[in-house]
Amino acid sequence: MDFIRNFSFFSIVLSLFSGPLSSILGRKWAKRVNTAEIILLGLMSVAVLWYVLQTGEAFVYTMGHFPAPWGNEIRAGVLEAFMAAFFCLIMLLCMWGGVRERESEIEASKQNLYYIMVNLLLCSLLALIYTNDLFTAYVFVEINTISACGLIMIRQNGRTIEAATRYMIMSLLGSGLLLLGLCFLYDLTGHLLMSNIQEAVHALVANGQYQTPLLVSISLMCVGLAIKSALFPFHTWLPDAYGYSTVSSAAILSSLVSKGYIFLLVKIFYRVIGFDIISSSKVIHVLFAFGIAGMIVGSVDAIRENDIRRMIAYSSVAQIGYIYMGFGLGTTAGVIASIYHVVCHAATKSLLFIAASGITDVSGGSRHFEDLTGAGYRNKLAGVAFTVGSLSMVGVPMFAGFISKLYFAQAAVGHTVKMLPTLIALAISTILNAVYFMKTVIRLYTPVKDGEKKAGYGTITVRQQPVKAVALILFILLNVILGLNAEPVIGLIRTGLEMFS
Amino acid sequence: MDFGNLFHNYAEAVAMILFGIGFSNLLLQKNLMKKIIGLNIMDTATYLFLALKGYIDGRKAPVVVDGIQSMEAYVNPIPSGLVLTGIVVSVSVTALMLSLTIRLYRRYHTLDLDEISTLLKKEDK
Repeated sequence: MDFIRNFSFFSIVLSLFSGPLSSILGRKWAKRVNTAEIILLGLMSVAVLWYVLQTGEAFVYTMGHFPAPWGNEIRAGVLEAFMAAFFCLIMLLCMWGGVRERESEIEASKQNLYYIMVNLLLCSLLALIYTNDLFTAYVFVEINTISACGLIMIRQNGRTIEAATRYMIMSLLGSGLLLLGLCFLYDLTGHLLMSNIQEAVHALVANGQYQTPLLVSISLMCVGLAIKSALFPFHTWLPDAYGYSTVSSAAILSSLVSKGYIFLLVKIFYRVIGFDIISSSKVIHVLFAFGIAGMIVGSVDAIRENDIRRMIAYSSVAQIGYIYMGFGLGTTAGVIASIYHVVCHAATKSLLFIAASGITDVSGGSRHFEDLTGAGYRNKLAGVAFTVGSLSMVGVPMFAGFISKLYFAQAAVGHTVKMLPTLIALAISTILNAVYFMKTVIRLYTPVKDGEKKAGYGTITVRQQPVKAVALILFILLNVILGLNAEPVIGLIRTGLEMFS
Repeated sequence: MDFGNLFHNYAEAVAMILFGIGFSNLLLQKNLMKKIIGLNIMDTATYLFLALKGYIDGRKAPVVVDGIQSMEAYVNPIPSGLVLTGIVVSVSVTALMLSLTIRLYRRYHTLDLDEISTLLKKEDK
């Protein structure tokens, strides 16, 4: 069974090489290869997860058999393997959910380029998850940015190109800061492998040496990754990028790309610096403050928005705020809640984007609220899916969002100073979420009078779009399972975090 | 505060100042070309910093020519390798940014990002 140790490396290389392969294949075959590849990667990640659970400890895979301080390493534990499998699942469902829009919105000659971008993105996500080397992580952060930019601009119009430019500018600012932070850390410790850096950092802290450069390095990396994952106030590029790109891209960007950076930040907290040093530094207070500000501001912006896709995009800003607030609590319970929220937000936000595209399809292609009246009757499955996603984001029991809010609240209660701000922000944000999501759901189920019917109102049944229907049903099931049976996932996250150190 | 170190490490200080110049240009300039130039200054400043940290006074590049095997004779080769990797990354993102700029210029005949945003809003109406 030791053969499974190779799987994490295989999955990175496989997705890297199937990119060029799909560029020489025809459109149909590229799609089939892509689907098969994502399923295969998911199965490999599940096998790695099974193996790690069996042996009960994380394993290190040395690339080219060069030993620790010199070689490059891949490391797989429970959390890494679980995240990889989960990301593959979400990626597959996002690809299925937007297949129709991709074929109509992207030029026919460029469609197999889309699969290259998706393969590169998946490759970089898997590498970010598995790598044990900081500089490799930086390189794959850049690959992630480039492929995400391709996903935004592949639907050619002025809006998407402008959004891609703004996205690139913000991302490059973030990766510049991240690179500088890495260089500082490399200078201080002389290592690039995460485990070696951690030993050196602990030695530095024990001797009281270089405290200020260490703090500068930590804060540069935190700010860099916060910019890249669109924490308030760096979120200005987000609504355009999510709002105007094709629907699979929007779903993938919101649920996977920003989450890859957040996962890297968790790795930096636990594997590179050590969580005890992070939680006693002042950086987390800053993350906490901006997280709470993001929760409120993102929701207020979403309420003011009149375009359903941009509204969902602004809601992402609020949810990223939740995740950083959890980091800011500075306890392992807070980080567990944050990682659970990463999972829950990935499952819910992609569902919302895909359901919203189903809703706008039956409303004459318009995304403005006035035109969406009664869309829940015209496309029944999309209406139900949007309702489930909304309820989950608001935090109604039975759905995934409730569990993460519950864990955030529980994590906050143990904290003396931050308890009150967290609970108040959670309450306000829940009410604001309810305002804009319930407003949309009520509009979807308001019957249209005969005299008010607009041009372009049609009906779509499940049979007309079977692939999208399967994706939506699986997303709904995923949300309900995460909401009703969260304990196994929380257990995996907890053991994974224990394996980190 | 001890400013003696600052004078001693003047090259690192220069790298940080350059990083600041590049960063603020990338963030604040309206013109896309100036933004890209800022990006390149920022990245180059980081490479300068890395290269400085890998350099040890009086030692040579780690290429064995005269049969000298001693580690004391050579500088640390890893930062140079990192700089090379970093250059490759920054070349590719610069190329991508330039291609995006060309696309925008062909469509809107301006390089000003704010002006493009106003044009886009007009397009919507």
